[in-house]
Amino acid sequence: MHWRPSANLQTLRARAEMLAACRKFFAERDVLEVNTPVLSRCATTEPNIASLEVGSALWPRQKWYLHTSPELAMKRLLVAGSGAIYQICTVFRDSDYGQQHRPEFAMLEWYRPGWSYLELMDEVEALLHSLRDASTLGQTQRFSYRQLFQKFLALDPFSADVEACRRCCHEQDLAVPENMGEGLNTWLDLLLSVLIMPRLDPGCLTFVYDYPADQAALAQVVEKEGLQVAERFELYWGPLELANGFQELTDVQEQRGRFAAENERRRNAGLKEMPVDEMFLSALASGMPLSAGVALGLDRLLMALTGSETIAEVITFDDAWQSQSE
Amino acid sequence: MASYSTSEFKSGLKIIIDGDPCMIVDNEFVQPGKGQAFNRVRIRNLKTGRVVEKTYKSGESVEAADVHELEMQFLYADGEFWHFMHPETFEQIAADAAAVGDAKLYLKEQDSCTVMLWNGVPISMAPANFVVLTITETDPGLRGNTAQGGSKPARLETGAVVSVPLFVEQGEAIKIDTRTGAYVSRAKD
Repeated sequence: MHWRPSANLQTLRARAEMLAACRKFFAERDVLEVNTPVLSRCATTEPNIASLEVGSALWPRQKWYLHTSPELAMKRLLVAGSGAIYQICTVFRDSDYGQQHRPEFAMLEWYRPGWSYLELMDEVEALLHSLRDASTLGQTQRFSYRQLFQKFLALDPFSADVEACRRCCHEQDLAVPENMGEGLNTWLDLLLSVLIMPRLDPGCLTFVYDYPADQAALAQVVEKEGLQVAERFELYWGPLELANGFQELTDVQEQRGRFAAENERRRNAGLKEMPVDEMFLSALASGMPLSAGVALGLDRLLMALTGSETIAEVITFDDAWQSQSE
Repeated sequence: MASYSTSEFKSGLKIIIDGDPCMIVDNEFVQPGKGQAFNRVRIRNLKTGRVVEKTYKSGESVEAADVHELEMQFLYADGEFWHFMHPETFEQIAADAAAVGDAKLYLKEQDSCTVMLWNGVPISMAPANFVVLTITETDPGLRGNTAQGGSKPARLETGAVVSVPLFVEQGEAIKIDTRTGAYVSRAKD
């Protein structure tokens, strides 16, 4: 049996140093470390994120879910007056498996009440520069989602339709997957993940911000230059996606509507509807401070810091996810 | 009909694409943040050997290809088909020129060969990595050329033409690496 760790001892040391450096960074900035439950009776309604279910002998008819992010619990803390908070925890997303994905992974998530998402982008950059000498990284790139598509594909994602995306695939010599359907977001996701992400500058950080409104997830939507944009950002280190941040949605009616819309999309896609977190909605109803928040994948960050090609190289024991036949 | 979900994709998996049996060479799962995930795969067409890239929406299913490999003994060629026998069941099958491909250059009667079958029909094959074949035609060796120096073409009993050292003679048996078509050595009896 291959009982030895998947990561070598040098990588395990690098993980410990990374975690210590993150905690030092937040301690110096007076951000409080918190821990919220891993198990919840509610689960994310996002159609592209699948939750793992767990049972308990205590209440056999009740279902629990492993959290896919500590987001909603941390927002309840914000409403309760916690001030700035961060959490380092393990999260679970079923079905995500690849060279950069495991269903179980380490997450660093933090919230800044009173901050804008643009200020938080700067803090994310400062955190990474505290972990890796900034002089070894090129100048950080910042593109709006629209600029990114215009730069790499000469396509405006805010005015393009499915046909324009299909043409773009042909021009870029990309064989179109089957059953793409008529949903524009699926097409934009294809262009982004297959044609743009691999071409991001390998030697520097790239922030992408201001997403199309219907890719808002839990971000606030505002009108900018006549377009409905979601105040959301993603961070890439080279082609590797590391973090996702929001100007957090604080309007409870809007939030309730998005949960319902996501469950409807799940239903239409033949997926199970998920139980909505009413505790979170009650907290929102009592008034959440305007906040910016971000979630950063720590295993991927460690991959970038150690120059590892696959996530298996930075995970202590990867055997739970090795296929049985191998 | 058996099928595989993209979550089962891994290198070596055999699936049907556009009606042809194919094998996954490598598979990469990509997902843009919170969006739709995709599997980017490189696939070898098992009939033509061509490698192509293909993208699947994660969660899609693809038909499995009933492809397996068998060690079989080459019996004879009749001009149109090459005939092979299963060494245990003695069952015989015939392969056409497309399935035999370049293997025909190294197939000698009684030799064994790895035959790839799709739904029981041969689609490709690989001879043993090293085979011993007799030279049927080559220029006479030159005196003094023993271990080093130039090479010359030699026709083998199967019709293959390979490059051999000058000291090798017509009628000799030589060892050939079938993956490169290169001369290895004189065959030792």
